[in-house]
Amino acid sequence: MASEATAVASEPRETDLLVKMVSIVKRFPGVLANDHVNFELRPGEVHALLGENGAGKTTLMNILYGIYHPDGGEIYVRGRRVEIRSPRDAMSLGIGMVHQHFMLVDRHTVAENIALGYAKSLMNPLKEIKEKLREFAEKYGLKVDPDAYIWQLSAGEQQRVEIIKALYHGADILILDEPTSVLTPQETKELFKIVERMRDEGKGIIFITHKLDEVFEVADRVTVMRRGKVVGTLKASETTKEELARMMVGREVLFRLEKERVSRGKPVLEVENLHALNDRGLPAVRGVSFRVHEGEIFGIAGVAGNGQRELAEVVVGLRKATAGRVLIDGVDVTNKSPRFISSKGVAHIPEERLRHGIVPNLSVAENLILKDYYKEPYRRGLLLDHSKVIEDAERLINKFDIVTPSPLTPAKLLSGGNIQRLICARELHKEPRLIVAAHPTYGLDVGATEYIRRILLEQRKRGAAVLLISEDLEEVLQLSDRVGVMFNGEIVGIVRPEEVSIEEIGLMMAGARRLAREEMAS
Amino acid sequence: MDLSVVENILWVGFRSATPLLLASLGEIYAERSGILNLGVEGMMIMGAVSAFITALTTGNPWLGVAVATAVGILMSLIHGVISIHLRGNQVVSGLALTMFGLGLSSVIGRKYVGYQLPVKARFLPKPLAEGLVKLPVIGKALFDQEPLFYLSIVIAVVLWFVLYRTKVGIVIRSTGENPAAADALGINVYLVRYACTALGGALAGMAGAYLSVAYSPAWIENMTAGRGWIALALTIFALWNPLRAIFGAYLFGVVEAGGYTLQAYGYSQWLLNGVPYLLTVIVLTAGATETMRRRMGAPAALGVPYVRGEK
Repeated sequence: MASEATAVASEPRETDLLVKMVSIVKRFPGVLANDHVNFELRPGEVHALLGENGAGKTTLMNILYGIYHPDGGEIYVRGRRVEIRSPRDAMSLGIGMVHQHFMLVDRHTVAENIALGYAKSLMNPLKEIKEKLREFAEKYGLKVDPDAYIWQLSAGEQQRVEIIKALYHGADILILDEPTSVLTPQETKELFKIVERMRDEGKGIIFITHKLDEVFEVADRVTVMRRGKVVGTLKASETTKEELARMMVGREVLFRLEKERVSRGKPVLEVENLHALNDRGLPAVRGVSFRVHEGEIFGIAGVAGNGQRELAEVVVGLRKATAGRVLIDGVDVTNKSPRFISSKGVAHIPEERLRHGIVPNLSVAENLILKDYYKEPYRRGLLLDHSKVIEDAERLINKFDIVTPSPLTPAKLLSGGNIQRLICARELHKEPRLIVAAHPTYGLDVGATEYIRRILLEQRKRGAAVLLISEDLEEVLQLSDRVGVMFNGEIVGIVRPEEVSIEEIGLMMAGARRLAREEMAS
Repeated sequence: MDLSVVENILWVGFRSATPLLLASLGEIYAERSGILNLGVEGMMIMGAVSAFITALTTGNPWLGVAVATAVGILMSLIHGVISIHLRGNQVVSGLALTMFGLGLSSVIGRKYVGYQLPVKARFLPKPLAEGLVKLPVIGKALFDQEPLFYLSIVIAVVLWFVLYRTKVGIVIRSTGENPAAADALGINVYLVRYACTALGGALAGMAGAYLSVAYSPAWIENMTAGRGWIALALTIFALWNPLRAIFGAYLFGVVEAGGYTLQAYGYSQWLLNGVPYLLTVIVLTAGATETMRRRMGAPAALGVPYVRGEK
């Protein structure tokens, strides 16, 4: 257990602290989200708030921003005791927050989104906004087109709008909630530069994250939370990745997954010159070809929106191909129904697990039979064999360690990690030939992430072919035997992770480099 | 069919467009803030009956309009409380409001069935300028109208300006698109929604008043005759834009007026009555592509109750 190791000579006086939260308690039905939490922020520091999902980081910051009301404890801002009842109160105290899910109006322009909160003039409010935006672009390097619609912007640009919103009313306490989860490596670097500039101006920045590397890259101090409690506050320069991980998870964590050598078998998935359109009817997949073999994980790396999603959807039958072929074990399944493709042994771990992975209001047991309810042994004439459904659900809940009060609990009440386990249980218990996994660990905490990755490696060992799509580059490189980099709907390179640098992949992701056909790893 | 027939169709059409325009302007604001109010018909009929009784007893049509507006607001607040504070189902609540209004108005108005408003207690067409009225074809339609006709156009232009050219408009539109974003910037989402719902009620009440003190100055049970529903279709047809609502209202009004007149020439009135709905379906179909929906589709949070801190 780490002590308050920061009590050094330069300890600032109480009144110099930007924020001091003392003994904060917050209860939700059945959970103690914040259990007497203490936290402080000094001017001119980046303070990382580290913890697994559900550790209470975001809850604590939502309290500071007035979205939740604490059940106990005191908050001081610049030495003064305050009650923060709403975001409006927080804003007037100079607190700004960039939420993990952007709070932007998609169909409005950048300028309109900012004018919503800050325009002073009633008539023609966009004029003053545009002038101020130019100022921000110069001062912090926050460049963004004021007339662009939000839906036209990349995640990184949208985040910039959020930061501008927070700075606009002169916030000097800035909360960033997992800001890098949607960014490319390059965009992340730019964000860190902006954060540093703000720090050098004397602003205090709270950086919520569960990625250890980021703590060392950007933070001055780090407070680690676990299960609603603060485990400790440390100087980033005086700690190690291993120590933080132990504090975070409460046990040792393996960073290197044991990846056994598995001999590759015959091809399971063959994609030939595939073309498909996106939701807006524009070409999204443009002539993609590759193969995935038995015992192989084939990763797809790329910045979001370069055709990965459409590619996965075509493979599992959720989207029509406009040209090309998809073969599973030599059988042409192009534009066949999802049920047919699934019957050929294709499992799908979809992105946005709450929307595409489960039916949130159905029970855990019902969600587990979504692919089989119409077949024996669950079907009994026109009815379902309820006791058989429950019996099998209980077996899978045990086998896949799904933490749920009962098989009849609505699936939406489970935590993200357990929802993902549920999906894995449904998709993998019948030993599929091909697994299409899209962002399988997105938003999961360290423990759940480790579990999911281990499962994928086990499936590989068993002889399944895995198509892994992820924006977490490290994950793709760690798990995959080969990696295809997608840019603008094409695979611009297929490489072996051990033979390539992260910079080189970054260049391919940005479209600055393309491998010739004979350079591709086969 | 000579020119005077066309002139008459336009005149009657523009007259019957006014209540459609008023009611749909109100609904546009309610929906822009995220509140779907299917109770337009109910609010309108309550406005009609209360305006009629007020005008009959006081002899002042403007007082009738004022009372109808107030009654419309009260009606809309029932829907407001159910859908904003109690987070009820807005479709059910709106439908209930319509049934409630239709029922209550016929109870209240029972004694008044068959009365005509005396001339001094009703609006009469007040030609803006005699010379202009004599213009061929459009002269009567544009310049021989009741005060509420001109007022409704002024209201439409003002509402358009507020919605697209002021900060208030940005606040209202954002609340209907992404209330969480508005809330995070310190906007009082509930207040915005109540205000827009109330404005919807006020204008629906005013539309009802127009029917009973100007259009056909009498109280007839169920006299709105589905105009509230056409106003709802018009809201969609106008793609939630007050200026397009003006155009749509006159189009729908002329189609309706044409229906009555063309019967005489052997066309089916019933088929013509369906035209507004058909037009709405066509606009909806044309606007169904992704890009079009992003530009001008329904407010994204329409019909969804807002709770702070809920995912």
